[in-house]
Amino acid sequence: MVKINITKKLFGSIGDMELKVDTDINRGEFIALTGESGSGKSTLLRILAGLERANGDITVDGDVWLSKQFFISPQKRRVGFVFQDYALFPNMTTLQNLLYIEKDYDLANYLLNMTQLYELRDRYPQNLSGGQQQRVALARALMLKPKLLLMDEPLSAIDPDMRQHLQSEILALHREFQTTTIMVTHNREEVSRLADRVLTIKYGLIIEDRRNSTI
Amino acid sequence: MEWIEGIDFTPFILSFQLATITTISLFLFTLPLSWYLSQSRSKVKPFIESLVALPIVLPPSVIGFYLLVLFSHNSPVGSFFVETFGVELLFSFSGLVVASCFYSLPFMVQPLQSGFESLNRSMLEASYVSGKGKITTLFRVALPNMKPALLTAIVVTFAHTVGEFGVILMVGGSIPEETKVASVAIYEFVEIMDYKSAHIYSGIMLLISFITLTSLYIFNRRQKEKRYW
Repeated sequence: MVKINITKKLFGSIGDMELKVDTDINRGEFIALTGESGSGKSTLLRILAGLERANGDITVDGDVWLSKQFFISPQKRRVGFVFQDYALFPNMTTLQNLLYIEKDYDLANYLLNMTQLYELRDRYPQNLSGGQQQRVALARALMLKPKLLLMDEPLSAIDPDMRQHLQSEILALHREFQTTTIMVTHNREEVSRLADRVLTIKYGLIIEDRRNSTI
Repeated sequence: MEWIEGIDFTPFILSFQLATITTISLFLFTLPLSWYLSQSRSKVKPFIESLVALPIVLPPSVIGFYLLVLFSHNSPVGSFFVETFGVELLFSFSGLVVASCFYSLPFMVQPLQSGFESLNRSMLEASYVSGKGKITTLFRVALPNMKPALLTAIVVTFAHTVGEFGVILMVGGSIPEETKVASVAIYEFVEIMDYKSAHIYSGIMLLISFITLTSLYIFNRRQKEKRYW
């Protein structure tokens, strides 16, 4: 279970505001995080990953990641993070991108097969299409078998056909690994297809927290 | 090829030795500094950046003068080096290395810093969240993805040190086989009106510098083409 109770002052494009999030997330849950841009969604993900500081507490399966006295570094949290721009390492091939994270050849091959990347394992990121790069980013994020998978609009730059295909892949991977997942998205279809629960943020506050009935 | 037989190549060898040692030392010492400057949002950053850039705008005589004062036996730095390491910095090759490190500092730091700044931030963060520390990230992700900046820093520092003159003359003088580098040798040839030797030395310097810079620009162009394929 992930317990989040944090505050952070944000100086965003829509003016200064306070990000204030107090919620619990059950193990294995798939959360869609929606809301206008600049409302604090990405910042929340970055705080969970330890890439930004905040006040308050974060506990994951009983381990304290953030409290008044503690700040566990991003290196020790070992979350899976899929960045909006994929952030692949251009100097490494697909396979090397995965192995850099963890030298686990079996898992790497397994993930490459699952995401249909096995044939492309020796290609460099700049020779892959957007959709393929996105799949590498996703597979790479799962190399640590993370307790928490964070995805920041992972499908925003993908064309609609590919998008559907990747949604199915994300869903398959989620069912397989049962990773607690938080995904920032603007796309309604994505929300209804993937999420167990939907959190909507506005001006730094959760204004809606609902179960997704369509799943 | 008769003309080449009478040439003493020692000044060139000295120049290249000096440039090689300076480039390696500067690279190792300024890697953490450049990284810090690229990542820092601290208020002291502009002051450090100005200090680093000073050798670009200061006349070499000013740097040479202060280093002369600093290296002398009467200064704490000069006496410290003599007493602790037994190294005489004034009018010695070791002193030239230290002086060159100051003189060429911005030519190493600035390309490295802008190279680090141009890296995709989330790429570095992707390395951090996967459990990799700053040093692993630096050597396995940051540096391999900024090869043009890396090569520019190394080549320009090297070339700039080979071309160094004023500071060397002030701090090192012109001791044959110790501090008489190629640029100083050319100056002396002109002074004694040995224009033939001056021509040969200058021609060699010009050619080497041109070839070095051309290779650098060709390499960087290829890297760019590769990146935006």
